[in-house]
Amino acid sequence: MDKPGLILETLNVVKRFGGLTAVNKMSFSMEAGRIYSIIGPNGAGKTTFFNALSGIYKPEEGTIHFEGKRIDGLPPEKVTDLHMARTFQNIRLFGSMTVVENIMVGAYTRLKANAVQTVLRTSAFKAEEKKAEERAEELMEFVGLKGIGNELAGSLPYGAQRRVEIARALASEPRLLLLDEPTAGMNPAETEDAIALFRRLRDELRLTILLIEHDMRVVMNISERISVMDYGEKIAEGEPRDIASNPKVIEAYLGRGAAAGAGGGAAGGEAAEIGGGAS
Amino acid sequence: MKLNLGASARSLAKRLNEGRNPYILSSSLLVLGTVLVYISPRSIPAFLLFACAAALTYFLDMRKPVKLAMAVLIAVVIVPILGARNIFYLEVIFQISVFAALALGLNIVVGFSGLLNFGYMAFYAVGAYLWGFFGSQQPFLLHEIPGTAPLGTHFFMAPDFFYLFIFLGIIVAAIVGLIMGLPVLRVRGDYLAIITLGCGEIIRQLANNLDKPLNLTNGPQGITPIQRPTLPKELLAFFNRLFEPLVGHQVTENQFYNIMFYLIAVLVVVLVVVVTFRLEDSKIGRAWAAIREDELAAQAMGIPANKLKLGAFAVGASFAGAMGVLFAASRTFVSPESFTFLQSVGVLTMVILGGIGSIAGVIIGAAVVTVLNLQVLQSFSLFLAQLRQSDAVIPIINFHWKDLSNQIDPSKYQRLVFGIILIIMMIYRPAGILPAARRKRELKSNGDQGDGEAPASPGDAPASPGDPPASPGDPPTSPGEADSGDKGASRG
Repeated sequence: MDKPGLILETLNVVKRFGGLTAVNKMSFSMEAGRIYSIIGPNGAGKTTFFNALSGIYKPEEGTIHFEGKRIDGLPPEKVTDLHMARTFQNIRLFGSMTVVENIMVGAYTRLKANAVQTVLRTSAFKAEEKKAEERAEELMEFVGLKGIGNELAGSLPYGAQRRVEIARALASEPRLLLLDEPTAGMNPAETEDAIALFRRLRDELRLTILLIEHDMRVVMNISERISVMDYGEKIAEGEPRDIASNPKVIEAYLGRGAAAGAGGGAAGGEAAEIGGGAS
Repeated sequence: MKLNLGASARSLAKRLNEGRNPYILSSSLLVLGTVLVYISPRSIPAFLLFACAAALTYFLDMRKPVKLAMAVLIAVVIVPILGARNIFYLEVIFQISVFAALALGLNIVVGFSGLLNFGYMAFYAVGAYLWGFFGSQQPFLLHEIPGTAPLGTHFFMAPDFFYLFIFLGIIVAAIVGLIMGLPVLRVRGDYLAIITLGCGEIIRQLANNLDKPLNLTNGPQGITPIQRPTLPKELLAFFNRLFEPLVGHQVTENQFYNIMFYLIAVLVVVLVVVVTFRLEDSKIGRAWAAIREDELAAQAMGIPANKLKLGAFAVGASFAGAMGVLFAASRTFVSPESFTFLQSVGVLTMVILGGIGSIAGVIIGAAVVTVLNLQVLQSFSLFLAQLRQSDAVIPIINFHWKDLSNQIDPSKYQRLVFGIILIIMMIYRPAGILPAARRKRELKSNGDQGDGEAPASPGDAPASPGDPPASPGDPPTSPGEADSGDKGASRG
């Protein structure tokens, strides 16, 4: 937390569910302005770790610092208020609200009007609402949606829902964006677009992005650093090339025998990809 | 066939909304309805026609100031005159207003935020007993045995404190709402429904039993008399001078009280509607809807869910509190019987029947249920009673009406009728008479596509002020929107 440029730093985070330790002694740090990924087999504890970061779960042990502030134990709305936002693995849009409203919900913590101003419709309130609506439209355009602001979010096709969810997270003006399997269920063309979008998020909006991802093409393509989780623990961390050839990672994905048989680094990369595709 | 019907209805609605048609239609219907009610003040079809004509001014596509002027004309001039000729109508409209405010309050909790509340009448009781206690002789009878007040007991307060107590009712009910809302922090769904039901019963039982050790509520007998605000004599004289030729007789003080309470009730409802509209179309309303849809996602988007849920309880309760004070004053009597669980269910029925989450729908729900209750079923009972006394016979089966069992009395079948109506509604129109629809915003990026909504001048577009009866955007609903509304309803 003392090192400059570290936007997120966790130390020995532990989250248990009864007898199961879903996240075990997870220490992880992240520099601002980067795209990092967390990968791992199903049930490795990736999403649980995300939930601990975003305040949905309170970790039993360990500390989480975000921009130098300690955030473990804070409720999710406080974490969002501190400029960390997230999306969900299974899209959780507000289905019976329109796209624009969904995005404007994301701006909740940034809108300052109180109940009295709301009921009296003061000029400050009106200006703020108008700004929020315009901002929502800008965000829609940024993520590549146009002209569907009044559609109900639940009626959109899958890929568009993913984009709306990202726009909704962006509306809370995050500096760190957590994306939980953002390309799951997308076809190759959509995935390409998504990768381009993530790059623009970092380059144009100067966001730091932490991904959970199964699609190895995405992970290898855009991550600057990858952490691998298995059974709640971080088993490896490094640059994409190193991770692809790391025997521990191959073992986690394919089992011990396969790892012994796979041998070379290039084959390891392939194996990881197969593992990712299968899960 | 069904589709055809819908399509032709829509094309008819479109034609009616063209050009000058809506103005002609609504004013001619209004005149017709007014004349009919004026000529035959006791005819229910005439009254229903008048009511529909009044409702139509809201739904037709007319300019805002025209609508507003017509609404004021109806509320302030036509209804008082017609009502003076048959006070019963004022009673009906007064009750519609009371229940509309209650239903709107419950709608905030159940419809907007998706929190089931089966004890809503408790807040109404709080308001009613608040004025019931302070507006009567009860504070001087704390150590008396429950019963009628001894002669010569003074009233505790001047009658005109009533107006202050409407505001106090709002505050006190909101506080009780906060307390009763505390369980929402821990339980949700069915469990919350049961707990609110219990809380509602607790309040009623308190009213029932707080006649000892201190006689606060006078027990099951209830408190009476409760003061009404003083009648402005000049206003009565003015009304008589102006409208006596039209009304046909001098309006007495008691009759004028009905007009006065009707006006206050309508005023409160208008305020409630404005507040509801403005809350719904703001970050608070969006946050409520988000919590209803997916609480966890809402929290992750930065919404303090607990705070907003308690807020929904408090706001909903405050509407009921205000109406409770008004109710106590207009009846001059409160007793625990008015606040039973069945009453809470009745208000919930209005919300579901009208369209859960839909402001106009909920008001219509309140009107339909009240009119059915007070007018249609009652008059049907009366009709049967008359038949029973006549010598009429059903020809073919040779059935003498006078043999009809006394048990058959439609006005006693309220619950049965509402049950049947609700079942039919749930099958054919589960989102209610007028389902909730999300507001379509005038978005720039939609402008070039021109999807139905004409792009309005930028000035009055997005944050169009909460003047409810005239915002043309929301009411018309297509079946498609109805379907989307279902989801919200079934979630509630």
